[in-house]
Amino acid sequence: MSEISINHDEVDIVIGALQLDLTSFMEEWKPVFSLFHLIIVQDPDLKGKLEIPAGFNYDLYTKSDIDGVVGLSSNAISFSGYSCRYFGYLMSHKKYIIAIDDDCIPAKDSAGNFVDAVAQHITNLSTPATPFFFNTLYDPFCKGTDFVRGYPFSLRSGVDCGLSCGLWLNLADLDAPTQALKPELRNTRYVDAVLTVPSRTMMPVSGINIAFNRELVGPALLPAFRLAKEGNLRWETVEDIWTGMCVKVVCDHLRLGVKSGLPYVWRKERGNAIESLKKEWEGVKLMEDIVPFFQSLRLSTSAATAEDCVSEIAAVVKEKLAPTNPVFARAAENMLEWVKLWKRVRTQ
Amino acid sequence: MATTDISKSSPPLKDELDIVIPTIRNLDFLEMWRPFFQPYHLIIVQDGDPSKTIKVPEGFDYELYNRNDINKILGPKASCISFKDSACRCFGYMVSKKKYIFTIDDDCFVAKDPTGKEINALEQHIKNLLTPSTPFFFNTLYDPYREGADFVRGYPFSLREGAPTAVSHGLWLNIPDYDAPTQLVKPRERNTRFVDAVMTIPKGTLFPMCGMNLAFDRELIGPAMYFGLMGDGQPIGRYDDMWAGWCTKVICDHLGLGIKTGLPYIWHSKASNPFVNLKKEYKGIYWQEELIPFFQSATLSKDANTVQKCYLELSKQVKAKLGKVDDYFNKLADAMVTWIEAWDEMNPSAASSSGVPSGSAK
Repeated sequence: MSEISINHDEVDIVIGALQLDLTSFMEEWKPVFSLFHLIIVQDPDLKGKLEIPAGFNYDLYTKSDIDGVVGLSSNAISFSGYSCRYFGYLMSHKKYIIAIDDDCIPAKDSAGNFVDAVAQHITNLSTPATPFFFNTLYDPFCKGTDFVRGYPFSLRSGVDCGLSCGLWLNLADLDAPTQALKPELRNTRYVDAVLTVPSRTMMPVSGINIAFNRELVGPALLPAFRLAKEGNLRWETVEDIWTGMCVKVVCDHLRLGVKSGLPYVWRKERGNAIESLKKEWEGVKLMEDIVPFFQSLRLSTSAATAEDCVSEIAAVVKEKLAPTNPVFARAAENMLEWVKLWKRVRTQ
Repeated sequence: MATTDISKSSPPLKDELDIVIPTIRNLDFLEMWRPFFQPYHLIIVQDGDPSKTIKVPEGFDYELYNRNDINKILGPKASCISFKDSACRCFGYMVSKKKYIFTIDDDCFVAKDPTGKEINALEQHIKNLLTPSTPFFFNTLYDPYREGADFVRGYPFSLREGAPTAVSHGLWLNIPDYDAPTQLVKPRERNTRFVDAVMTIPKGTLFPMCGMNLAFDRELIGPAMYFGLMGDGQPIGRYDDMWAGWCTKVICDHLGLGIKTGLPYIWHSKASNPFVNLKKEYKGIYWQEELIPFFQSATLSKDANTVQKCYLELSKQVKAKLGKVDDYFNKLADAMVTWIEAWDEMNPSAASSSGVPSGSAK
């Protein structure tokens, strides 16, 4: 559905490999992935050799690469589990990054057409966002639509889009209690829209199907928030939710946009919500503190880059949240470490 | 043909909802809506020449008001009701005795969903109003109270009760609600995209509220739905619903109420003349640039705990801050006060209630 021409040299697709055999995942995405450069990062806790089919242009990073760059000190950020993809972001030099969980395959739209999630994400990122006033016909830069009557003209040029959040058919990104309560619930509704999430409105950003402008917000996508019983199912983590809040605050502060909606991916059945719930419910509880914190967070005018913003956020987390729970203290430390790491890698 | 509601069970909110229709031409469009609208009471507000007879199709239960009626009922306060503009519809909101209002334009017809099924817009609006909104945190799967949806991971449980829904804003297939400049540049553009979503407009965010396909809870937000001074003798037109929408959103945000937008769709058949529209909107396009920052930064005091109090506070701010943009806003501020006085006169029990109304969620 995208109308713009994509410069393939501007895009990296980052895949965090949490399973050894990537064959079916990559074969499903081949029509799209084979056109781009891929960065595959193996979860450092995953032992063994990844199986990657032929026909792709990729760079592979494993535990030894991560250790080599990050070091082995006790302060070092952990890149295990879902966080392995952040190492891929660190290694990329491209303008746009797209990341999709390795248990997702391409979706079909309501007409049965293959959804090119990469093209849609790039369209979202390379057309303006409209965070300051809600357009009731959704993304006005989409073909066949526009700004509605009453939309102020001075706001119609929009702002750059920093983040594009896609959605999921079949297994939606619900938390464990919700899925456990409704085990049969599957997302079958294809909502044909992209919209800008308004400025100062917080949202849960899911890491399952996401893309961003690395040049604008790169440092804000960070591995920081790790639960005590963090696991390898999305039901057993909220690291992406934390990161998403940071990115939203950064985008709001820097007057960048965040879009949500298309593209959809098809998320395969995996895991058991009840088992995850037994194991990990702390994430759900912690959201009660995390959300009000981020909703009221305002950054200083001197924070002019994503790095500055992240450092400031870390400082406030340290001051306000860290005393309540060690997981926040650790998150703040990780955020500061990450900024240092990001800067170091950039200058090398 | 139409839905099962009429034949199988009592139509939802049959005795609690009025359908308000402004018209200056005729009500032929009602024939297409008959299966969905007939069980409900209609309030017809006849604009323009009061000596003209507007024929209401057989079988509808209705009350009809023309300009003479409005003048008679409101006396000098009738000055706040616009003439020669569909803004006059808000008179219908004022005289209604029901809890809910659905308002629709007379060039809006029944749309079809992608499966070809006719859309009962009224039924969808009712669903929207009777389920909570989620203005405090955005749900990426849109309205979590819809069948087949829910709150996503990361959505705090303490916010999952939501807020009472005050307004349901529907959309339009075919002729989209564009302003005159856009219409002139894109005369052939039609809205063909059916977006199967309802969502809450987040707290703190303004939107352009279109009055073509709109429903609201009169008890929660009615007095804020004043459609301003437009039309004959006024320097501006086609901003009536916009004005009401901005006031309503500021007040809803203040009182912790929600506004939904999205489904239902209606089929908008008539594209008004863009040159005529341009003349009406012209001043609005400039004034909008002042109005938006005004509403974006408007705050209401803690004492403003009823819609009327909020609205009166807003009217003072309009006078103080917008009066210098144009004298029109002084008149509008006065009209806002007149509107509230008239509202309270016509709705005495509502006037005596105080405190934030409790939720309408069932």
